This record gives sequence, structure tokens and C-alpha cells, in this order.
Amino acid sequence: MQLVLEKRAERSNTIALVSPLIAIGLTIVTMTILFAILGKNPFLALHAYFIAPLTDAYSLQEIAVKATPLVMIAIGLSLCYLANAWNIGAEGQFLIGAVAGSWIAVKTQGTDAGAWVLPAMLVLAAAAGALYALIPAICKVKFGASEILTSLMLVYVADLFLDYLVRGPWRDPQGFNFPTTAEFDPVATVPLLIDGGRLHLGSIITLLVVAAAAILLGRTIKGFEIRVVGAAPRAARFGGFNANQLIILTFAVSGALAGLAGIIEVAGPVGHLQPGISPGYGFTAIIVAFLGRLNPLGILIAGLFLALTFIGGEQAQIAMKIPLDVTKVFQGILLFYVLACDSLILYRFKLVSPNRQVASGTH
Amino acid sequence: MQAHQRMLDSTPNGLHSGESPLLQTLGLTKRYGDFLANDSIDIDIWPKEIHALLGENGAGKSTLVKAIYGLIQPSAGEIRWQGQPIVLSGPSEARSRGIGMVFQHFSLFDNLTVAENVALGLDGRESFKDMSARLEQVSKTYGLPLDPRREVWQLSVGERQRIEIVRALMQDPKFLILDEPTAVLTPQEADQLFIVLERLKAEGRAILYISHKLEEVKRLCDTATILRGGKKVDTCNPRLETAASLARMMVGGEIKEVKAAAGRKTTVPRLVVNDLSLAPSEAHGVRLEHISFELKGGEILGIAGVAGNGQDELFAALSGERLSKDPGTVVIEGIAAGHLSITQRRKLGAAFVPEERLGHGTAPRMKLSENALLTGHAASGMVHHGFIDTAATLKTVDRATETFDVRKAKRDPEAASLSGGNLQKFIVGREILRNPAVLVVSQPTWGVDAGAAAVIRQALLDLASAGAAVLVTSQDLDELAEIADRIAVMFHGHLSAPLATADATREKLGLLMGGSSLEPKEAAHAVGA
Ligand SMILES: Nc1ncnc2c1ncn2[C@@H]1O[C@H](COP(=O)(O)OP(=O)(O)OP(=O)(O)O)[C@@H](O)[C@H]1O
Ligand SMILES: [Mg+2]
Repeated sequence: MQLVLEKRAERSNTIALVSPLIAIGLTIVTMTILFAILGKNPFLALHAYFIAPLTDAYSLQEIAVKATPLVMIAIGLSLCYLANAWNIGAEGQFLIGAVAGSWIAVKTQGTDAGAWVLPAMLVLAAAAGALYALIPAICKVKFGASEILTSLMLVYVADLFLDYLVRGPWRDPQGFNFPTTAEFDPVATVPLLIDGGRLHLGSIITLLVVAAAAILLGRTIKGFEIRVVGAAPRAARFGGFNANQLIILTFAVSGALAGLAGIIEVAGPVGHLQPGISPGYGFTAIIVAFLGRLNPLGILIAGLFLALTFIGGEQAQIAMKIPLDVTKVFQGILLFYVLACDSLILYRFKLVSPNRQVASGTH
Repeated sequence: MQAHQRMLDSTPNGLHSGESPLLQTLGLTKRYGDFLANDSIDIDIWPKEIHALLGENGAGKSTLVKAIYGLIQPSAGEIRWQGQPIVLSGPSEARSRGIGMVFQHFSLFDNLTVAENVALGLDGRESFKDMSARLEQVSKTYGLPLDPRREVWQLSVGERQRIEIVRALMQDPKFLILDEPTAVLTPQEADQLFIVLERLKAEGRAILYISHKLEEVKRLCDTATILRGGKKVDTCNPRLETAASLARMMVGGEIKEVKAAAGRKTTVPRLVVNDLSLAPSEAHGVRLEHISFELKGGEILGIAGVAGNGQDELFAALSGERLSKDPGTVVIEGIAAGHLSITQRRKLGAAFVPEERLGHGTAPRMKLSENALLTGHAASGMVHHGFIDTAATLKTVDRATETFDVRKAKRDPEAASLSGGNLQKFIVGREILRNPAVLVVSQPTWGVDAGAAAVIRQALLDLASAGAAVLVTSQDLDELAEIADRIAVMFHGHLSAPLATADATREKLGLLMGGSSLEPKEAAHAVGA
């Protein structure tokens, strides 16, 4: 017997809905095996990952805090992916946004600059993220360069640039030579929603972004344009939609959202600029976008789920000495299964016997 | 036993008594929700037989053959292959049993070569080289020339179909299904295909042949099964029927004649093309050479010609899918528009219907209302301040459905779920309902049944009567003779001077389509007619 993939005649809408759930199930099975190989009790490990964080208020807040950048970035990415534009470099746009916004914070440090500082930081970060994302988009449109490669490579440029700044010009003189800026002033900090808690204004902004994206895609002509360019390029051209303009636009929007997420993270939970402000949010957001079926509401749910794995990973490390990198393994396996299961929407597995009549032809 | 009885009855002259049918369906039913696309259909296919499957658009022909080919699962009923009941889990199983199919809508990858496409469709394990060699051999044996190394996107529709046919023949099928194969072919290409089919029949194969062209069914087919509204209504010998009697069985009534309104007056020029030359956008495309014509309101200009002579390129240049540097080459409603986008041209009052319905005229996986928006967003009040007026898009769907009798399973289905002819009616309706000043339409009645074709042609005539300028590209000379006021011929990127339809005899058009020019005097006279 041989297993082949055969195209379905009719697109399976049921599978389109349950495919992310199948992917999560398969990932958990794989992780169970992995934990067993690592010599950890799989059930305790899975409990630490997925159940424990849901049982106390602190962890719940922490999940929302982690989901904030993930969802915000993934929303932008989903616009790109729907339009067939492959922005893989959100991590870089996130870092550049963080750097650009921090510039205002660093320059106004210790002055009596007023309440304009934080809004200015947010705007500048978004603009910088957008500009940074436009580099691969313009290379794609003008020269046909693969946006996948260029956007990815720019991540490392951004990473090293940030590193240079906090080790050089922006380093906190009182920071015992640690590569970090000084703690931002209160006017340059994202306000908390609950005193003494962890939830901050960024989560609200993210919810607004989700709602805006849902309206954009569902109700506006621009959203229709994004969907049609990705789904049927020739029909889109016939409809008068320009795919190249859309690459530019979706890259700019997703860069802006990534940049905004970057400054909110720095001016919020972190409080200062330093290397390692992102545990790979820009990459994990790719998984969030696909797991959420490129749908705003789906992305919100998927973002919370992946945030759970971050928090769960930390707890599993503390409680069971499971390496933190296992979280990344988990996320990688999950993306793999999500994409694999997606092919089941249009294809199905079939067993065929090898001794069937082969098309040998007698002509 | 009872089935056997019915089988004998259905064979007009008892020719087959004694043998058993190659394929049989018994009570085959396919349900989509509450909608019965196939309602308990019995059909017998015998070896050495060309069997026609006839019916109006949406009668359920494609649905039936898709079930026979394993593409969809019947909701009830049985399929028997050489007397044995079978359940087909998919097309590859059908193919391995010896059932081949050529689809109404092609399933080819544009960016792959002919040979790669064929390889993807085959289940065998031979090497790519062997397969390519066999491909060339099969295409030569059957007189279906193909260059295995060309990429599909560069090929004309006729050539694309050849790939599908050769691919099916390479599987050496006992039973071959062809879903409207001649809808897209020129008369010459169709004749070529009939020779191939006669030969396949002589080799002992059975053929199930779907077509809306009744004359060719009479000429080619031994048996005809007629579907109406998902039910089988009759089986007959088409040679003993007339085209009109076949059509009556399909429709269950008479078909209306197309009538041009008397005293149609031409008005001002609404579409003018001035010395339009355009380099091809791809390696194997056709260069447009100095094309000029003038089309007045109230007038229908037909463009004839063998496919692949620049018709697609001309459509792209007129629609604005391709822009020309010189704005004056295309003038719409007196405004130089050669440099304007398709949206801007629509705003000037132009409307376009391309020949390819799925993927070009519509986004297959989107709803009809979204496909109404696809071309309606420019100038039809479907968008307010960037927001989509869903009610307006649905209204367009409803109006097109009503005016053009689009049959579908629900109010707003995906474009791909409509039968070919019904989708065409929707697309034409969508554009005509916008009341365009200029309508450019390619192959308006491809794969559309006789009744619906009459409706579409009548609508084009009415549109012209109302003062619009209509440009129709068609390979169907009878269609052009029926509706066009003047006919021009495209050959190698040149457009001949238009002839008045009364003067455009088949001989003259045939000469022009073959690249000869008419006598200089006559041609010169026709310029600027
Ligand atoms: N996947 C589907 N979902 C819902 N309805 C469908 C689907 N496929 C087909 N139908 C409906 O079934 C009916 C029969 O369609 P079918 O394609 O078999 O018609 P047809 O006889 O081939 O017509 P045509 O001559 O226009 O090609 C149509 O009304 C169509 O809308
Ligand atoms: Mg059909």
C-alpha cells in the first residue's frame, strides 16, 4: 500500500475550522514523546505548560501581556499573507520600532518634557517599523527580489543596530556597564491598567487593532482587495487592483504594527531598551497568524494560546528544570503541523495499492 | 433484471443486445443541501459508442460526469463498471479502471510546462523523459500537436485543451468523458477533434460527450441522453432527431428567436482605436500591429479569427489590463484612455467580459456578491466611503439572476459552484446591468445552452439598441452573423478592415482568417465604414 495526497473536489470547510485544533493535538502528542525522551514525566510537564498558568491571577495577566505584541504583530502579518506578500521580518521591524521610540525617551530623559512624549514615541515607532518594512517591499516591487529573504536578513541588521546603541551611545552611565539604557521616565512609560498589576494600555490598543482589522477585512473595499489579490491574482487585476501597490501597503501596515508592538514592549513591561527585549515575538507571530487562520478573531485566540506556551515554558523550567528552549521547539512543531494540516483542506490522504494498473499505455 | 430491461429499451435499435454495458448508473442522485443536482439518473454507456449528454445550463451534466469520474460522491444510487457495482474513492481510482476525463474548466498549472502538467496528472511511475517521449508520440499519433517544453500560460485555450486530451489519452482509457470540448474550439479544431473521437471509437472505446452544439451532436453521436432539471427525460438516437426537436426535449418548450430591434440608429463614436501597436508581454504572445477601428453607439462590431491571433492581447489593451504609452490609441466616449487603468475606463462607462470565466472574470472561491463587487466597485454605488454596501452587491446578484435566469443552488453561492453556462450568464448580466456605454466581450456564449445563448445575444442586441457600442470577439461565425453589424478578422496581430455582415460570406472570412487579404479595392472601401 502507498499513501498519496489527492486533491479534493470540494474544499472542506469543516477541516478549515478544525485544522488548527488537529495541529494542536498532534503537537501535544509529539511533545509528550519529547518529554518522555528528556526523562521528564510528560503529564506533569504538560500540566506545567498548559494548566498551571491558567490557575493563578498573576500568570493570567502575564499571558495577556505576552499575547499583546504577538497579536498586534500577527494582525499585520495576516494582511501581508492574505495578499500573498511574505513578510518574514517582523522581528526586525519590532526592534527598529523599539529603537526609534526609545530615541525620544532617551533624548528627553531627565528633562521636564510633558505628556506628549509617549504618544510621540508610539507614532515614531510605527513610522520607523513601516519604513523598515518598506525596504524589502520596494526591493520586491522594483527589482523582483524575494521579500522572504530580504525581510528575514534585515532582522539581523536591526538586532545588531540595537546592540550597538545600547553598548555605545545610549548606554546608561550609571548602569554598571550593562548594555542597557537608563530606566525610562514616567512620561515615556506605557501606563498600567491596574495599579501594581502587569496589564498595560498596550493590551487595549491591541484589542482596537484586532477590531479594526476585522472591520477592514470584512467590510471595506480595501480588505476585499487584499483578499482577492491573494486568492485570485488574475481576477484581481481584472477588478482593477494593483498587486504591487498592495505589497507596499501591507508591508507598511505590518511594519507599523510590529514597530508599535516593539515600543509598547520596551516602554511597558521592560521599561528600558536592552538586547533581548524580544523572545522572538516577530517569528512566533508568524505561527500565531497561521494558527489563527489569518482571521483577526482567530489570531486573538491563537495569540493567547502561544502566550500560554511562553508562560508555561517559564513555569516548566522553574518547576521541572525543562530547558526554556523547549518552548521554541514546541512552537516550531506547532507551525509545522498547522501548515501540514492546512493542506488537508484542499487535499486528502488516500491509500492506493502499488499493483494497480500503471499508466503504461499501449500506443 | 429490471435494470437490464430498461437498458435494452433505451438502446434505440437493440444494437447492443447480448453484450453488457461498459458503464451504468442506476438511480444516481447528487444532493447539494436541499437542491437535487442529479435526480435518480439511469444511463448506460456501451463500448464503441459516442454517447451525447445534453441539457440546459445547470441541468446536471457536469455533476453526473464528476460522479462517474469519482470527483464527487453520489448521495444515492449506484455506478456499475463492466457489470460490477463500484464505489470510486477518487479520480485516480477512476483512471486506474480506465475512465478518463477532459474537463469543462481546465486544471492546469500556468507556470509549468506542458510536459510537467501532464506528468502531474498521471499516476504512473515512468521517468519524466519516457513520459515526455510518450507525450510527443501520443500527440503525434492522434494529430494533436503540442510542444512539451512550453509553459501553459503562453498557450491558447485550444492548445490547453489539447494538453488535457492528450493527458487523458496517455492513460489509454476504455471510457473517455469530454465536458463541452468544442465550446472553446474553432470549427477547424473541432473537426480535428471529431477525427480523433471517431478513431477512439473505432478502437473500441466508449465516449461520453457533453455539448451544447446540437448539429455536431447529430453528426458525431450514436446515442443521446437528455437531462432537464437534474432528471433524465429521454434517450434517443440524435441522428433521427432535428436540432430543434433535441432543443425542445432539453428545454421542454420552444426556444425564442433572437430579434434585432428594427431601425437601430448609430450615433457618435463611443470606442475608437487609433493605430494601436503593442509588444507582447510574454515570449510567445502576439504583437498587436497598427489596429484601428471605430465603433459607434448602437453598433455591434464582431471580431472573428482563430484563437491565439491577438484577441487576448487586444482585450487586455482595450480593458486597461495592459496600458499603452500613447493615450490616444484607445478613446472611450471621446476621452483618450490608452493610459488609464481598467477602473478609470469603467468609470468612463466601459464594461468588459473576458473569455475565461473562472480565475479571470471571477474569483472562483468567492461568493457571487463579492464577484459583483469585483467589477462593480468602480462605478456602481457599491462602495460608500470605502465601506462595502453588501445589500447593493446582493441586489446586483439578484437582478442578474432574475434577468438572465441564472440557476444556482442558493442565493449567494461561490462562483465555482455554478455550472459553466450559468456563471457565464451571471458575468454577462453583471456587466450589462451596469448599463455600459461601451461593452467589450469575448466569447459571450461559450458553453452556454441554446436557450441561454439566445438570451445573452438578445441582451447584447438590446444593449446596442439602447445606444451602447458593443465589441464582440467570437470564434462562432454563426453567432457573429446573427448579431454583428460589421465583422473584422484578426490574424497575426492585424485586424482586417470590417466588412458589413451582409457581405461577410464564410468564404471571405475564411480567407481573412487564413491570412490572405481580400481584393485591395474592397478592403480599402471598407475602412472607416
Ligand atoms: N458544489 C456545489 N454546490 C452547490 N451547488 C452546486 C455545486 N455544484 C453544482 N451545483 C449546482 O448543481 C446544478 C447542476 O450543475 P452542473 O454543473 O452539473 O450543470 P451542467 O449541466 O454541467 O451545466 P452547464 O451546461 O452550464 O455546464 C447547478 O444548478 C449548480 O448550481
Ligand atoms: Mg457543465
